[in-house]
Amino acid sequence: MSAPVVHFRGVTKSYDGRSLAVAPLDLAVAEGEFLTLLGPSGSGKTTTLMMLAGFEAPSSGEILLEGRVVNRVPPHRRGLGVVFQNYALFPHMSVAENLSFPLEMRRIPRAERAERIARALATVRMEGFADRRPAQLSGGQQQRVALARALIFSPRLVLMDEPLGALDRQLREELQQEIKALHARLGVTILYVTHDQGEALALSDRIAVFRAGRIEQLGTPRELYDRPASAFVAGFLGENNLIPVEVLGAEGAFRRCRLPDGGTILVPGCRPPGPALLVLRPERILPGAEGPNRLSATVLGATFLGDQTRLSVALGPATLAVKLPHGAAGHGLARGERIALCFPPEAAALLPPEGGG
Amino acid sequence: MTARLLLGLAAAGVLLFLLAPILAILPLSLSAGEILRLPPEGWSLRWYAALLSSERWLLAARNSLVVAGATTLLAGVLGTLAALGLHFGRLPGRGAILALLAAPVVTPSIVTAAALFLAYSAAGLAGTLFGLVLAHTVISVPFVVLAVLASLRGFDPALLRAAESLGAPPAAAFRRVVLPLIAPGVAAGAVFAFATSFDEFILTLFLAGPGQFTLPRQIYAAVRDVWDPTVCAAAVLLFLASMLLLLASEALRRRGGGIG
Repeated sequence: MSAPVVHFRGVTKSYDGRSLAVAPLDLAVAEGEFLTLLGPSGSGKTTTLMMLAGFEAPSSGEILLEGRVVNRVPPHRRGLGVVFQNYALFPHMSVAENLSFPLEMRRIPRAERAERIARALATVRMEGFADRRPAQLSGGQQQRVALARALIFSPRLVLMDEPLGALDRQLREELQQEIKALHARLGVTILYVTHDQGEALALSDRIAVFRAGRIEQLGTPRELYDRPASAFVAGFLGENNLIPVEVLGAEGAFRRCRLPDGGTILVPGCRPPGPALLVLRPERILPGAEGPNRLSATVLGATFLGDQTRLSVALGPATLAVKLPHGAAGHGLARGERIALCFPPEAAALLPPEGGG
Repeated sequence: MTARLLLGLAAAGVLLFLLAPILAILPLSLSAGEILRLPPEGWSLRWYAALLSSERWLLAARNSLVVAGATTLLAGVLGTLAALGLHFGRLPGRGAILALLAAPVVTPSIVTAAALFLAYSAAGLAGTLFGLVLAHTVISVPFVVLAVLASLRGFDPALLRAAESLGAPPAAAFRRVVLPLIAPGVAAGAVFAFATSFDEFILTLFLAGPGQFTLPRQIYAAVRDVWDPTVCAAAVLLFLASMLLLLASEALRRRGGGIG
């Protein structure tokens, strides 16, 4: 891994001088990486991006771009591509004029401009739209032009602030694939902000989960999904069951835990005896009674979703979500019926209890 | 039904009362005779010809155009800058500054005129066209500020950030992105400033030098001295010019409403 393209060193942001919108932030983004800042609104992810773009000044700490401190460098000298949520295309300019703008600012001669505009339009499959005004384009087309405009001057780093947030689902997934393909083809470093965990999982090399101005966890999508470091991350990425359990003691590499209904299970981990939180993905729970971890639950409801059936079951006082793939046993269950469920030990993990350290 | 009819009649009566004196000027200005009476003795354009060949009237028109033109330029630039600062700047006391800028609109003209007269006497600006331009700028700037602020409300601040992120220094971002989008507001403010200066009378009466007649002042003088149909011809032309400006600003306002 080469030197980081972006380096936040102890960066904080406070708007009122007291509370921190961004708590001391340390984050390094590697060359060519697709890193997503994921979190609910108000978690500090957009503020972080805006500080990097130069639209907000950090209250303390240093932001380095390619090894150079840029705290005092104005946005127009940072040379970053920025894609905004609402496209921010210039409404009084045609598509070609929008694309020409960053090239004119860099005093690139007319002939080369025309050539690069044609190439950029081809990259986002918008040939033939050069003379249209933004108002004559659909949302998806506008965002394609905005992407082309942020890439046309070949920045090494592109920032994207919820770029697909204003599009409907189908278009969003289509553009996700295009962004992913562009990233792979151009080798550009992308810093991406979203509150959509599915989008973050689909696109990112690494994800930084933000919560209340802090990075709660930083890792690959798979790490975050399979080994969440906190109940917040476990609940924010995908659907999850968080069940309060009591760790009874160690059995080899496993811990024996007591479930809310009194049954016991084996889970890998190293929590000390006492209360803990069991994390168990709904799709890892299977019908049947295999292995050491068996659950005897009562069906509360079932929803047919096509490729899967989503069950809600009661386990003592706790409620669990279970996702059964289409065609698996356990379908056609009525409310109040008993169902035998099981899960392999490695599918579960233990976290500190809520509110604990 | 009767109530609606009565209301309509009352409205028509009020309109007639307001418009009749202005409308009466038109036939008077087209009179063939020298005596002001309705209906006129005959029809002719002789008073318009007299107007356009009168040294005094032409000088007054020239003064009016010069002062209004300079006022438009000065108020347009200053008002636009003030509006930009008020809109984009993180200013404490923004409301207070706006109120202060708008103060000349609500201050009685006669008070402004008297105050400026004293100040100008001390500063040596009394009796100069430049002083008159400054005075007209003071009362015109609020219109520009308000018109530009209104068009800035429809301006998406992300566009400014986009321009900067694409490599545009602040001046270029303003010229290429902000100004074209708020141009209708700037133009509407400029038209207002021109109109304000063009028919301003009280400040001119106090501040202009003895020979510095503008059109409103010349009309006043003519009404007092000679009172012939030339005044009516001048009034009609001034009225038409004002109508044109009003229509222009209305058209600009409509275009500006389409922003965002």
